[in-house]
Amino acid sequence: MSTPKPTPQKAPQMPADTTDAATDAAAQFVARYQAESPAREAWRMFRRNIPALVGTAMLLLIIGLTLYGTLIYTGDPFDIVWAPHEAPFVEPDFPLGTDYLGRDLMAGLLSGGGPTLAVGAAAAALTMIIGISMGALSGFYGGWVDNLLMRITEFFQVLPALLFAMVLVTLFSPSLITIAIAIGVVSWPQTARLTRAEFLKIKELEYVTAARAIGAGNGRIMWRVILPNALPPLIVSATLTIGVAILFEAGLSFLGLGDPNVMSWGLMIGANRDYILDAWWPVTFPGLAIFFTVFSVSLIGDGLNDAFNPKLRER
Amino acid sequence: MSNSYILKRVAYGLILMLCVVVLNFLLIRLAPGDPAVVIAGEMGGATEEMLEQIREEYGLNKPILTQLAIYIGNVATGDLGESFFFNKPVAELISQRIGPTILLVIVAQILSIFLGVFLGVLAARKPNGVMSAFVSVFATIGYAVPVFWTGIMLIILFASVLPIFPVEGMQSVRLRDAPWYVQTIDVAHHLVLPAFTLAVIYLAQYARLSRASMLEVLGSDYIRTARAKGASERTVLFHHALRNAALPILTVAGLQFGNLISGALLVETVFNWPGMGRLAFDSILRRDYPTIMGVLFFASAMVVVANLLTDLSYRLADPRLRGRT
Repeated sequence: MSTPKPTPQKAPQMPADTTDAATDAAAQFVARYQAESPAREAWRMFRRNIPALVGTAMLLLIIGLTLYGTLIYTGDPFDIVWAPHEAPFVEPDFPLGTDYLGRDLMAGLLSGGGPTLAVGAAAAALTMIIGISMGALSGFYGGWVDNLLMRITEFFQVLPALLFAMVLVTLFSPSLITIAIAIGVVSWPQTARLTRAEFLKIKELEYVTAARAIGAGNGRIMWRVILPNALPPLIVSATLTIGVAILFEAGLSFLGLGDPNVMSWGLMIGANRDYILDAWWPVTFPGLAIFFTVFSVSLIGDGLNDAFNPKLRER
Repeated sequence: MSNSYILKRVAYGLILMLCVVVLNFLLIRLAPGDPAVVIAGEMGGATEEMLEQIREEYGLNKPILTQLAIYIGNVATGDLGESFFFNKPVAELISQRIGPTILLVIVAQILSIFLGVFLGVLAARKPNGVMSAFVSVFATIGYAVPVFWTGIMLIILFASVLPIFPVEGMQSVRLRDAPWYVQTIDVAHHLVLPAFTLAVIYLAQYARLSRASMLEVLGSDYIRTARAKGASERTVLFHHALRNAALPILTVAGLQFGNLISGALLVETVFNWPGMGRLAFDSILRRDYPTIMGVLFFASAMVVVANLLTDLSYRLADPRLRGRT
């Protein structure tokens, strides 16, 4: 990577004393690199990563469409408005055609993204909260705490996640909140393992000892000293978790375990799957929507990973 | 490998299974409503006699710890309760369905590991080549496609455009009485699309992982030695490098098993594959809790067994770990 060299014009000119000028230039060089925080450096790397930028643009577009699309393109996605199985790109009023009941697919696509994205984000947030807490306590305290929490983590890894989430959702009646909680409850173990590994590594470093020496308590060391330094891999993992959570929500709604009163992409595919041989479009468009959402999230995740670990870029 | 180590792992697996049983018990208790009604299934329209029978069988009038003991005792003797929808013991229902699921999951696992590793090794040969780019793109796409949607797209393709594979079920009805080898080929023919659908996601992940793992190994000294002594490229890649690069792949394969079963659930539903996933889906729609809990129990047991086997094969593959306990 090439960095623009400090411009010599700005350096104070003292041609009489060359050693002074050299020291000055060196100081400026050092200052330039000290001034750049790790976050800023990561942002600079991310900005140059074209796939990551494409992913960001794509995700912003999808979020924008799901937030504001229904304001421009009005209509209830559950309303029967036209003949069933109208082909796409034929009728200008229904650009993506209609489904087996004659419901407008464009309306479904625009309003179905909201729940999927909201549940995905909420579930990912819950996953990170549970995973980071478990991993941090486990890695920091070690001993019996570590032993107990890791056994619990292993237990949750034994349960097939989707099946367990299905059971939770059915037992506690499906709604967006139950679904988000169910996904969070089944998918935290990997985050916990990652956090634990980071905490184990960082707690041995000198600045942690230094923090303890100036009298910082356990809580402060965990959350204010170690956690910020463990963040880069956790941010990358959070991005991937969002993608997995979106796929999870889509899977549950596809199986008919979503909130039946809320249109979502997975529900559209599930509702139309018995008629796929009559009409390909009602299942194809929502599937593409899910794919592009998760794809954009994973491009961002890869970009963040490269930005935080410049060394890995050679691979 | 010492026997005491194997015994220790088996004991640990049994403890995990006990925890699954306790979790099942707690889930039924935590569900809103009368547990007897929950067990009978809300859609079943259980009579008062049936409810009384369930209360008797599960000891629902007794203290909660006694109930738990009764439940564990029942499961330990192979009694997973009765499905009030099918009017059959849950254990019997699952024993009919577990075979197809194991077949699907294992074939998909083998397919994804072998194809994935093969692609990964090819890609690692030239880290900046076309194959490497393909593996990266394919891995990102494979991660982002919903597995049930891949299945549906394949059904559309192979049902109407290119009808060379059956898109539904596990056997052709007309071949029910055919000789065993015809039936085997028939099942294999039905297996192609579901197994491929399930394998695609993991295939991409194994390709990416084995590429990274191979690149790391290919930089080491003994590979240079092997090349210097004149070993052919194929020997270097598959004999020297892959044996060491395989360890992380093995670890991930073990960890993925639970996800594979989750994926199988969706794939079975899409392709009407008569396995446990299909049973779980049908039972959830009918709120047939004894069956759902039975499926959860057996699916977890499959993961425990898979983890145990991975652990043991890891020790076989890595001589450094042998003899340690």
